[in-house]
Amino acid sequence: MRPSRLITLAAALLAGAAAWGGAPQRVVSLNVCTDQLAFLLAAPGQLISVSPLAHDPRTSALAAEMADLPRNDGSAEAVVLRRPDLVLAGSWTTRATVQLLDRLGYRVETFAPVTSLDTARANMLRMGELLGREAEARAMVADFDTRRATLTAPAGRRPRAVYYMPYGTTAGADSLTGDLLNAAGLDNLAPPSGHLSMEELVLSDPDLILVGRPYAGHARATEYASHPALQATGALREVADGTSWTCETPKLLEALATLRAIRDEVTE
Amino acid sequence: MRLLAPLALLTLALMLVSLFLGYAPIPPGAALRALLGGDDPLLTTVMREIRLPRALLAALVGAALGLSGAAMQGYLRNPLAEPGLIGVSGSAALGAVIALQYGLASAFALALPLMALTFALGAVALILVLAGPQGSSLTLILAGIAISALAGALTSLALNLSPNPYATFEIVFWMMGSVADRSLSHVALALPLIALGGALLLTLGRALDALTLGEDAAQALGVSLRGLRLRLLFGTAAAVGAATAVAGAVGFVGLVVPHLLRPLCGNRPSRLLPASALGGAAILLAADIAVRLVLPERDLKLGVVMAILGAPLFLHLIYATRRRA
Repeated sequence: MRPSRLITLAAALLAGAAAWGGAPQRVVSLNVCTDQLAFLLAAPGQLISVSPLAHDPRTSALAAEMADLPRNDGSAEAVVLRRPDLVLAGSWTTRATVQLLDRLGYRVETFAPVTSLDTARANMLRMGELLGREAEARAMVADFDTRRATLTAPAGRRPRAVYYMPYGTTAGADSLTGDLLNAAGLDNLAPPSGHLSMEELVLSDPDLILVGRPYAGHARATEYASHPALQATGALREVADGTSWTCETPKLLEALATLRAIRDEVTE
Repeated sequence: MRLLAPLALLTLALMLVSLFLGYAPIPPGAALRALLGGDDPLLTTVMREIRLPRALLAALVGAALGLSGAAMQGYLRNPLAEPGLIGVSGSAALGAVIALQYGLASAFALALPLMALTFALGAVALILVLAGPQGSSLTLILAGIAISALAGALTSLALNLSPNPYATFEIVFWMMGSVADRSLSHVALALPLIALGGALLLTLGRALDALTLGEDAAQALGVSLRGLRLRLLFGTAAAVGAATAVAGAVGFVGLVVPHLLRPLCGNRPSRLLPASALGGAAILLAADIAVRLVLPERDLKLGVVMAILGAPLFLHLIYATRRRA
């Protein structure tokens, strides 16, 4: 190899190392969960743009806090114009944008939807590393672990529960809600197929049938909770699910606390 | 009578099959005991609150649609007149969706079937005006296409505007129909209007018999065409409107059933009307049994089964009418 080539290569490597070594200064997030986790961990001014859902109180637990952050429409164009040095995205959403940004040489980090309290914890640490905020992330995780330990149910009677959603779907053992049920000391009756007809649900005689709060406006799909057969079981319980039930922030513990309170009420 | 008794028995048998067939296996003996108030409260809940309303609604909706189809065909003297095909069911669905989405139904429960009735009434009136007394096939079908398309589009629009994200999925329900997971309160909503409409339509038998001889002959026999038209209008709107309000628009029942039974009734509308009510109940119960056997976990819609049965027959009828012309 000729010396000039070597020098070019070394320069390129050095430049790369500099970019990797310093914490990113212009972070753009494209997913409502990375929005919230990055917002909680980032230094002031480090997170410069969030997804449109971040401002929607129905999907984001930190909508009010993030109201001042500019939002992007999730298009590659909008992202490029903000000259980010780190782009955060979900692994399922904005796929086309992510691929394009990747090809254009931007640093894109994707987060898969969180499916358990353990992966939520791991994601907090990963986000800390990405943002160069390891200390903050470790503090968050330490607090998370302490509060999680106090909320996790002790051994004892485990009421049999189903988290029942429209079209006879249930929250399975491998879902985040399933992990929350388990941690709160509830036995999840969801079958492996995930589908449970109303008949099967009634006959499995659960102690708790947990349903989400219905949306405004009528839909047959969300009308099931008022069906006389479910009302007759006496096990029906509406839980205010939503923003704190979906993303890997410490707000997950609020969902766990809700479930734990319901469990304690039933076992008493 | 020789036809009605076997049809009633068939309907009853299918109703029992519908009650004994569910998503959870319950032995027929235990199911029957539970239905009559046995000792297992869980089984009783399943039988009375889930399976019974399903079987009752399938029978009621089928009877309403079969009877309305036979009555309209008798009046228009055209075998293609069917509530689903000429847009009456679609319009009723639109009325029901408006009642549900804009809060009328939650303020006043009967608003649901009454809105469906009102919209169905508008559609039947429009069809009768457009098709004229002779009911030419071409105008009938063309008017039906236009009314169905408009009602379907407005139904989709109303559901797409809903703040509930699940409402959009419901477009399929309103266009294809289903009796899955309905409750006894739905039966209570639909039953009075279906009974009223059905009773009105059943009184039309003799007038429709006379009408087979032509309008002048019918009038000479003392039939008031105006009274006949009014009773047909309100009877069809009440029966189809109430049925659609709780089960969505199920097509082809009113086409298939009278077509199958007409040869057995000696082409006499007075005998065809009650036979079509029972036949409609039987065929819809059978269709609902089929959707549960074929794809138990997928909530297949009744309209799918009915269209697979009915659409080829419809094409055959069009071919037959064209040859006659």
